[in-house]
Amino acid sequence: MKTMFKTTALTAVLALGAGVAAAEIRIGATVSETGGASFLGDPAAKTLRMLVEEINAAGGVLGQPINLILYDDGGDPNRARTFASRLIEDDEVIAVVGGSTTGTSMAIIPVFEEEEIPFISLAGGIEIVRPTKPFAFKTPHTDRMACEKIFADIQARGLRRVGMISGTDGFGASMRAQCLDVVGDYDIEIVADESYGPSDADMTPQLTNIRGTAGLEAVVNPGFGQGPAIVTRNYAQLGIEVPLYQSHGVASDAFIQLAGAENAEGVRLPGTALLIAGILAEDDPQYAVVQAYKTAFEAEFGQPVSTFGGYAHDALRILVDAIERAGSTEGVAIRDAIRATENFAGTTGIVTMGEDDHLGLDLAAFRMLEIRDGGWSQID
Amino acid sequence: MADLLQFLVSGITVGAVYALLALGFTIIFNASDVVNFAQGEFVMLGGMITVFALAAGLPLGLAALIAIVLTAGIGVLLNKLAIEPARGAPVVSLIIITIGASIFIQGVAQIVFDKQIHRYPGISGDAPLRFAGATILPQSLWVIFGATAVFVALWLFFTRTLTGRAVLATANNRLAAALVGINTRYIMTLSFGLSAAIGALAGLLITPITLTSYDVGIPLALKGFAAAMLGGLGNPFGALVGGLLLGVLEALTAGYISSQYKDAVAFIVIIGVLFVMPQGLFGRKSTERV
Repeated sequence: MKTMFKTTALTAVLALGAGVAAAEIRIGATVSETGGASFLGDPAAKTLRMLVEEINAAGGVLGQPINLILYDDGGDPNRARTFASRLIEDDEVIAVVGGSTTGTSMAIIPVFEEEEIPFISLAGGIEIVRPTKPFAFKTPHTDRMACEKIFADIQARGLRRVGMISGTDGFGASMRAQCLDVVGDYDIEIVADESYGPSDADMTPQLTNIRGTAGLEAVVNPGFGQGPAIVTRNYAQLGIEVPLYQSHGVASDAFIQLAGAENAEGVRLPGTALLIAGILAEDDPQYAVVQAYKTAFEAEFGQPVSTFGGYAHDALRILVDAIERAGSTEGVAIRDAIRATENFAGTTGIVTMGEDDHLGLDLAAFRMLEIRDGGWSQID
Repeated sequence: MADLLQFLVSGITVGAVYALLALGFTIIFNASDVVNFAQGEFVMLGGMITVFALAAGLPLGLAALIAIVLTAGIGVLLNKLAIEPARGAPVVSLIIITIGASIFIQGVAQIVFDKQIHRYPGISGDAPLRFAGATILPQSLWVIFGATAVFVALWLFFTRTLTGRAVLATANNRLAAALVGINTRYIMTLSFGLSAAIGALAGLLITPITLTSYDVGIPLALKGFAAAMLGGLGNPFGALVGGLLLGVLEALTAGYISSQYKDAVAFIVIIGVLFVMPQGLFGRKSTERV
């Protein structure tokens, strides 16, 4: 009797639960809001919360409000994995955004593959989408694309002999490897390959050696954090005249401040439309989305938008767009709709996904920027 | 030749940063045999408080003063709230408490300040000085000057003042020191306050070169600790020499061997030195009376 009562109660609760679940769209997220990767996860979490509020105020998705269930994995793949399982089993989400780092993303992809839940990663690593996994997507461009963009620009300037100085942090090391891997496609020769630690205070010895390399024509600095700012200062200090290229990792106004406008003059780097919202042409296909996101974010949080928040913006927008088009909350249907995303204007670029392209960006997503008079200007 | 000079200048710049950090370890170690791993956080606080005081529109001198006084206060609080209640615990436990304090301070700084990287202009501007084909930033000279001044002040403190000798006596034997009338609790409070002040001074001097953010403390403290070990923990002269030596070693390795092995070579030398002279280059020989 008692057991029967329990079972009945349980069934009732489950039925009620299902009723609640049907009345809202449950979207999960696991990002690194704290910890070493908080510079990625913090703007992402803020963006997701802000956008969900905005979408719900405008009537939600398929006529239902979104319920965002967001966990902070602190950049730890083990915790991310736990949260991924919890999102699916306990929270019963229909899709997941997140994985701020390549490590956390790779750790949780198998969970979503098995459960057939669409997952859009916010991390840079190319291994997330190559080889293509049926349910894993990502919004950030890869560091390999950044290398290609830089090398294409160097080649267009008629330069050949390139020196590299890379940070040994995860970002710098990964991009250095990708650059060395892709350099064979261009008429470019790497004549110097130096490195520095992420907390080093002075890179003049490495730069002195690069300066002394015969026939040096350009320098590339893959790195993240304060390293590239110090490299740029030391570069000016040593009076090196050849063009300096930084990576998309430092594409922010803060970089110009840290490096000093006079030292950063003439530095080029691949960046996104979001960074140059102020000088974007009004007929640019990304103009509207970039302005809307930038204005909303800066009004809400009183801090400048970052590329990393932009990745989260694009991920959620693409997902919501796909759910609308699919007209369903079923995993495979949403996945197929994400794959069919075409000419979607995001903050990072114009996204066109495909059967075998779960990133959907090409080199045009990067804009080659040059720092002039303490501000940005677009080269191409 | 110009290259060598540039490597040496770079090494001395970085070395002076390490020396300033290593000097911060000296007082607390001398007072209690505790290696204070929160020393890096004092450096971070010195830089960050200066950044935010400058942003609030205060002049550099006042901002620096506020940074040093506030950080010293936090040092005293650390002693009062975390170290003093654990008085009598083994040194290892106290060291672990300082590691905990370091994580705590970092977490609070992340909320009170922000997670961005900051910098302010050097005291004498940012235009590099050129000589004989090498360049140096004026701020590097300030760091070198700061390290030397702190060294001289500490040396005078430990050898010429009664309080300094009382600090050494406290480390040597707390009970005996108390018996001859030294207020050992006051000595501990003083040593934390002074160490924190030195850390803050280091932080505000090095920020124009190294830049600062809430998480710079631990990597800086580790390098400073390595420099202090190399020179001999507790000896201000050892801290100065150890720091400069470590910086020059790194720069020469990066310049002549490979920047990939820069840290490895420096630490191999440290291990080698400690193998032959466990107390460091200028450390006091420990004689335990049984």
